[in-house]
Parts: sequence; structure tokens; C-alpha cells
Amino acid sequence: MSACLDIRHLSAVLPNGQRVLRSVSLSVQPGEVRALVGESGAGKTMIGKAVLGVLPKSVRIVEGEMLIEGEDLGRLDAKARRTLIGARTALIPQDPLTALNPSRRIGSQMTDRLVRILGWSGERADTRIRQLLDEVHIRDPERVLKCYPHELSGGMRQRVLIAAAFAAEPRLIVADEPTTALDVTVQKQILRLIAQLQRDHGTAILFVTHDLGVVAKISQRVSVLYAGKVVEEADTADLFADPKHPYTRALMAATPRYTDPLASLKPVDESVLAGLAAEIVAADQAWRASHG
Amino acid sequence: MDEARVARRGLSPRLWLAGGWLLLALLAAIFAPLVAPQDPLAQDLMLERLPPFWLDGAEPGYWLGTDSLGRDLLSRLIFGGRIAFIVAFAAATSACVIGSALGLVAGYFGGWADRIISRIVDVWMAFPPVLFAILLVAVLGTGLSSVILAIAIIDWTRFCRVIRAEAMGQARMDYVESARIAGYGRIGIMLREVLPNVLPSVVALLSLEMGIAVIVEAILSFVNLSISTDDPTWGSIIAEGRLSIHQAWWVLVFPLITLILTVLSFSQFGEALKARFDPVLR
Repeated sequence: MSACLDIRHLSAVLPNGQRVLRSVSLSVQPGEVRALVGESGAGKTMIGKAVLGVLPKSVRIVEGEMLIEGEDLGRLDAKARRTLIGARTALIPQDPLTALNPSRRIGSQMTDRLVRILGWSGERADTRIRQLLDEVHIRDPERVLKCYPHELSGGMRQRVLIAAAFAAEPRLIVADEPTTALDVTVQKQILRLIAQLQRDHGTAILFVTHDLGVVAKISQRVSVLYAGKVVEEADTADLFADPKHPYTRALMAATPRYTDPLASLKPVDESVLAGLAAEIVAADQAWRASHG
Repeated sequence: MDEARVARRGLSPRLWLAGGWLLLALLAAIFAPLVAPQDPLAQDLMLERLPPFWLDGAEPGYWLGTDSLGRDLLSRLIFGGRIAFIVAFAAATSACVIGSALGLVAGYFGGWADRIISRIVDVWMAFPPVLFAILLVAVLGTGLSSVILAIAIIDWTRFCRVIRAEAMGQARMDYVESARIAGYGRIGIMLREVLPNVLPSVVALLSLEMGIAVIVEAILSFVNLSISTDDPTWGSIIAEGRLSIHQAWWVLVFPLITLILTVLSFSQFGEALKARFDPVLR
């Protein structure tokens, strides 16, 4: 059985030639939650955007392949690629404030995609949306469907977005820091909700986050990303039990603990970063030499 | 929350005052032959320069007095309103449709479409608008349709610039990205995701533009380049009033007040409508 998502040696550059993704390989098996963890600027979101075909115009993919359920996105024409991505994937975005259109009611935004893109009947879409709203524990769907986004709280909006992501039964969901913009108390509920729906629907998730605590709770496998490069890949349990790469160890050491928040809140060890930087410079030189 | 909203909707004095004046002026213009107390073109040299009703020497039936040819000022203002409103609606709507469509395309699609449209706007805006209008009417010939056409040709850039900027902001929003991921086409996204969010601005600008169109028409008729001199327009009444300001100030003052009130009402009405159209503001 082919992987739900298979990324092989993906490299992308900015217009000035700087590499932002450095030969990234990672795969997500059907029904698996794969965490993608790293600092801001490490390229986590970039990988998500690349998979969904919404990279900024300035970022260019120069090598590598992306396969969704065995179909190579690079070999499809633009229209077929959009259709494939639209049918098999969905996004749970980072910021529930800007991810819903402020001038359209929740109901029409949620059913619109099912009806217009996937060709469902209005009635079927409506039933489906209500079912999903129930699954994300929204108790008064009648009111919520008639609301404009600004009339809902951040947590409610994120619930709506989660429901919308699962509504069309995608094979793969990219969750781009879905809890970062939320209140700490709400974060936990949302995380539990995503895990619950993921289990019920058997959807594979590429879970992008900077939070190792979140990684431990939700994922089966982890890729640790630094400067656009996967530095370590392991089963989540193994990674926490025995981190192999010095950067992973440094990242874990930098995670604050509730028992001693002030003393444990420290930056990633400088010497580890210096070693990584040297590694990356060397790798980039080699890459440039082999790619002209 | 619902009560507060209803209260704010119901009691916005800006909306009521502006809308009230516009409605009054519009109804008067539509039913001009019924409401005007006199024939606006009838001259009577026995009645020249009658003062408005509260001054000595006023005649009943000539509420705002008469001009130097003895024509009733109120009737002329009412009939002049017909031209003003026709120009306001026709010219502003044309400018709005052309400008908003181009602005939406430029802002959302970006790239070449944006570069071409923006350069045209830059060149267009380099012309001084009133001189441009005078030039256009001189070329097109005087007449109502020429005035409307001239205003639309000049003022579409106002819509284009504002709507372009708003559409650019919209194009970067996450819900536009989500729509792309879901598989919507570019035109579909422009119409379904972007257009509803720029609509409040379009409405506000449209109302503002109606006021501007009224002014431009008045300027053109002031310099005798609007429609035929027989028909009363606010601009031509002001031009006549200017000549007799020392003998009959009311011929200048009343059309000016009418003009200012109308233009102000259009802009205020637009702002109030915008607030009402915008789901976040209301």
C-alpha cells in the first residue's frame, strides 16, 4: 500500500538562490499522525504549503517529488493537480481569525465547497455539515450556521474549521499549528478534538508545530526540522526516550517545565547551533557544486 | 447584542438626515411638474428679482424669489435637480462598474494585469480632472449624455485605485488560500471570496461619486458646457446668480445651499451604508 503522502528529496529556493528546503524527505502513512517540529523559520509551514500547492510565487521547487497516494504531483498538469489536492487533502489553518471569510455566513462557507467543488446535493452537504458540527461538540448548529465569523470565539471558529476540514473525508489533512493562535485553555480541547476526529475518520495528518508537548500528545512519528533540513526522524516514543541528534536533545532541553518554569526556560544551546550551521553550509556547498 | 444592533441601525441620525434630504430632493425632481409652483422657464419682467418669502416685496407663490428675468427660483431648482440626479446616478454607476471591475482584476490577479491597469490609472490621474472634463465635453459636444460619459471616463480611476488596494489585501487572506486548496478557480475566488469583502467600499465610493458627479455637472454648466442653456441646472443658476449677486443674493445662495446639502448627503449616506453593509462593523 502506498503512503498517503510521500515527499522525496524536496528542495526549494528563494529568488536569491538561497535554499529554504534542503532535500526534505518524509512520508505519512494512511491513518498516521506525523508531526513536523522545528523553530519558526525552519520551513515547517513551507512544506505544508508545498504539499497543498500554495507556495508563495517567489519560492521555487528545484528538485524532488511529492506523491499523494502514489500520484506524483509533479507529473500532473495544473488543473489535475488542483483537482487531486482539492479532493484528497484539506487544511486546518493556524489562525482561525483570518481563515474564515468575514462577509459570508458560516453555513454557506462550509457547504459551498461540498456542493460546488465536489458536486454534492445541497441537502447532503447540509446533513454532513451538521453531523460534523456535532462531532466537534458544537451544540447549537442552527445558530452557528447562521453566524458571521466575527460573532464566534476563536475556539469556536477553530472547531468550525476542523469540521470543515474533515467534512469531505480527505485522505490527508495538513494541520498548520492549529492551536498556536488559541488561548492555552482552549488549546488542549482543540488538540483532543483533532485527535478524536483523526481516530474516528482514519485520516492521515501532517501536524506542523513548534511545540514538543503537542508532538508527544498527538503524533506517532516525528520529523525534526532545522533550517529546512530534516535532522532526525523517529517514532514519537523513541524520540522522547532516546533523541539521537544533538539538535533534538537541545530542543528538548529548551522546553520549559511546569515544576521549574524560570530556570528551565532557556534558549537552544549555542554550540549545537554552530555545529548545525557548519553542517548546513557544507551541505549547501556540495549541493551547489552538484547542481551547477 | 441584538437590541444594541437594532438601536444603532434605527437611530443613526447621519443616515436619516442624509437619506431624508436625498429622498426629498429625488422625489421633488421626479415629480417636478407636479410640485414646482411655477413654470421654470416662464419669464415675467414685471416680477424680476423678487426676494424670498420672508422679505419685504415678496410675492406669494414665489417662495425663494425670482431671478433677473422674473423666473421662479424654487421651480428652477426643482427642475435642475432632475438633471443633477440623472447625471449623478448614470455617471457614478458607469464609473463604478468600470473602475471596480478593473480594480478587482488588478488587485486580485496582480502581475501583468495589475501593471497594465495601474499604469493606465497613473496616466489618467495626471490630467487635471476639471480641465479633462471640459476638454472631453468640448470634443464630445454638449448634451446630457456627453456630460455623463465625460464624468465616467474621468472618475473610474477613483474606484479602480481603492478597490485594487482592497483586493490586494484580500488576495493575501487565509480564506483565499483555503479556497485555492479546495480547488476553486481564480475567477470563482475573485467573485465569491474577494468581491463580498470589497462591496462595502464600493457602495460608499458609489455614493461619494454621485456627489462628485453633481459637482462636476454644476461646474460644467457653470462654464456653459453642460446641456442647453434653456434647461435650468444648478450650475447654470449659480452662474446667473453670480452676475446679480449685489441686486439679488438669493439667486446665488439657494442653489449653492442645495448643491452643498446634496453633495454632503451623498457622502454621508455612503459612509452610513458602508457601516451597515459591513458585517464586522455593524
